[in-house]
Amino acid sequence: METQFRFRADEPAGDPAVTVDSFGEQTNASAVRIEPGDDARVLLPFLDRLRLVEVNFPAYTDGRGYSAACILREAGYQGELRAVGDVLVDQLAYMRRCGFDSFAPEHPLNQADAEAAMARYPDVYTPTVDGRAPIWAKRHHSA
Amino acid sequence: MYVYDEYDQQMVDARVADFRDQVRRRLDGSLAEDQFRPLRLMNGLYLQLHAYMLRVAVPYGTLSSAQMRMLGDIADKYDRGYGHFTTRQNIQYNWIKLEEAPDILADLASVGMHAIQTSGNCIRNTTSDQYAGAIADEIVDPRPYAELIRQWSTFHPEFSYLPRKFKMAVIASDTDRAAMRLHDIGIQLVRNAAGELGAAFYVGGGMGRTPMIAPCINAFVPIDQMITYSEACLRVYNRHGRRDNKYKARIKILVHELGKEEYTRQVEAEFAHLLTLNLEPPAAELERIKAQFADPAFVPGLPDTLDLSDPAFALWVKNNTHTHKQAGYVVVTISLKPTGGIPGDASADQIRLMADLAADYSFDELRVTHAQNIVLPHVRKDQLHALWQKLAAAGLGAANLDQIGDIIACPGLDYCSLANARSIPVAQKISERFAAKEEEIGELKLKISGCINACGHHHAGHIGILGVDRKGVENYQLLLGGCEGADTSLAQITGPGFDENGIVDAVERATDVYLANREGGERFLDTYRRLGMAPFKEAIYRKEPA
Repeated sequence: METQFRFRADEPAGDPAVTVDSFGEQTNASAVRIEPGDDARVLLPFLDRLRLVEVNFPAYTDGRGYSAACILREAGYQGELRAVGDVLVDQLAYMRRCGFDSFAPEHPLNQADAEAAMARYPDVYTPTVDGRAPIWAKRHHSA
Repeated sequence: MYVYDEYDQQMVDARVADFRDQVRRRLDGSLAEDQFRPLRLMNGLYLQLHAYMLRVAVPYGTLSSAQMRMLGDIADKYDRGYGHFTTRQNIQYNWIKLEEAPDILADLASVGMHAIQTSGNCIRNTTSDQYAGAIADEIVDPRPYAELIRQWSTFHPEFSYLPRKFKMAVIASDTDRAAMRLHDIGIQLVRNAAGELGAAFYVGGGMGRTPMIAPCINAFVPIDQMITYSEACLRVYNRHGRRDNKYKARIKILVHELGKEEYTRQVEAEFAHLLTLNLEPPAAELERIKAQFADPAFVPGLPDTLDLSDPAFALWVKNNTHTHKQAGYVVVTISLKPTGGIPGDASADQIRLMADLAADYSFDELRVTHAQNIVLPHVRKDQLHALWQKLAAAGLGAANLDQIGDIIACPGLDYCSLANARSIPVAQKISERFAAKEEEIGELKLKISGCINACGHHHAGHIGILGVDRKGVENYQLLLGGCEGADTSLAQITGPGFDENGIVDAVERATDVYLANREGGERFLDTYRRLGMAPFKEAIYRKEPA
């Protein structure tokens, strides 16, 4: 799957992603793929050597990948976090908020629709790993 | 009550634009129906048997007159002149055109309303006690805390594709008027021995096909950690809730299968982690919200007596009013259950009239109750008779709150594509059969669902009725002994089901057993709990002599 959107300046990692259960033994692997049932916390001891984490969405209605992404970013993961699979226009903004910074949709998305959807909401109510100031912070900033 | 500021307003305005764009893409074919479905559901738009249904959120059931008036206008402009108030304190319209849905959302946004997350596998509208802020038995007004939850849960990016829908309720009184323990998360605000405010978390309750009463997993979460604790409860559920079978996907199944102790252990571990991330809104935000729920300007020293010489008025006062915390005032419940009516329905004219009456008699405020009625929370006793006359003249004077005619019913097979049987005609027949006996029977909560999803709360009815499909014929099962209050219990099935007329007869036999056996001031539920199922079952299934 082609990466259609990427919000990073560094060079993409070249390594192929391996599965979570084999990652621990592949001491030179720098890319891993998380499936919905995988526990993202298994990867936490290895964050310093990871350059790419792909989170697979076999069906966009399965929201486990959002928590996986948050958990990695909350633990300080700085590498690329890519949503792959059944990634659609109307999920992009929430995925960005959970720390995804690249997207490889199974079927390419309409560029204009996707950009509009990601830019639509001027503010957020809930703080997440994306660091955007929630509305409550803006309300009380000057106080 | 809470009024949107510029931030809240721009969020609902953005949602209107968002949904308008989604509808455009659906209509031009670039969004397939199976891709559109969860999106429209998260905007409260269901495809029913005959048309789209739009469910509008009424956060914690509180409305202003202007908002209520708009709900009436929408009923006229986009529906067939009716609105249907629901068991989750919302309102839904049953005859909506997809093309017009964005315009309805725009009309709603103009009065600070929306349909955000009123359906779909996300955190739904948070409900609360319909008497909040008006009665003496609450430790605080629960609505500011529900508003904190509203903001936190609105467009929550991590929890918008949960295994299944997620319902929260917040109360602050030992008298549970919100069926709190039948929610995915029920929160009761409490004080500890030091007098500090906290939140008791009850997690994993629900109705549906596997009814469960939520266990308490933490009896005291400090109030300035309530949002963070909620986040922990949700994250464990989002990660580990079952997704292999939609009928086992609610959090109640996860809590049940893991066991309360193991689920709690996982939540506490996640909570410890999340506390390091500063997710909690600051105290200043809670104070900002609380200021908007300050008491209205009650007039002190008003007469605290009522002239009850008119017997019809006296009956309505006895049944449909509740003691107010302020002397000289009462809490009024307008029953939307006239004899033979459709439970929870109101015409556009009635909705607008209730809006006007709220402006004239109740400091501009109304509430929707989970029993599908409307509350005017702050009415002066010296104006009560005048109010009652206006209600009665508009067909809104039914004096049957919490009686057998005050039925909770789902839309059933008349509207709903999930239903197996009709609910509304059964409710209408029961209402008509018992109209003359309501007062004699007294408190009796009767609840009807048209399928096992239990939207009509039949598990929690003193008498519950479940409509099923048996070999292509509608069949109604009778349940007894449910209760959604502080002493929550689940109703038990009596035995074989009945046809539409038979179920009405069976209800009458059950109430006859009660009337013949009640002691002192016992309600139906008390007599049932004392006697058990046997005498009721015996009477219900007794063969008539030939």
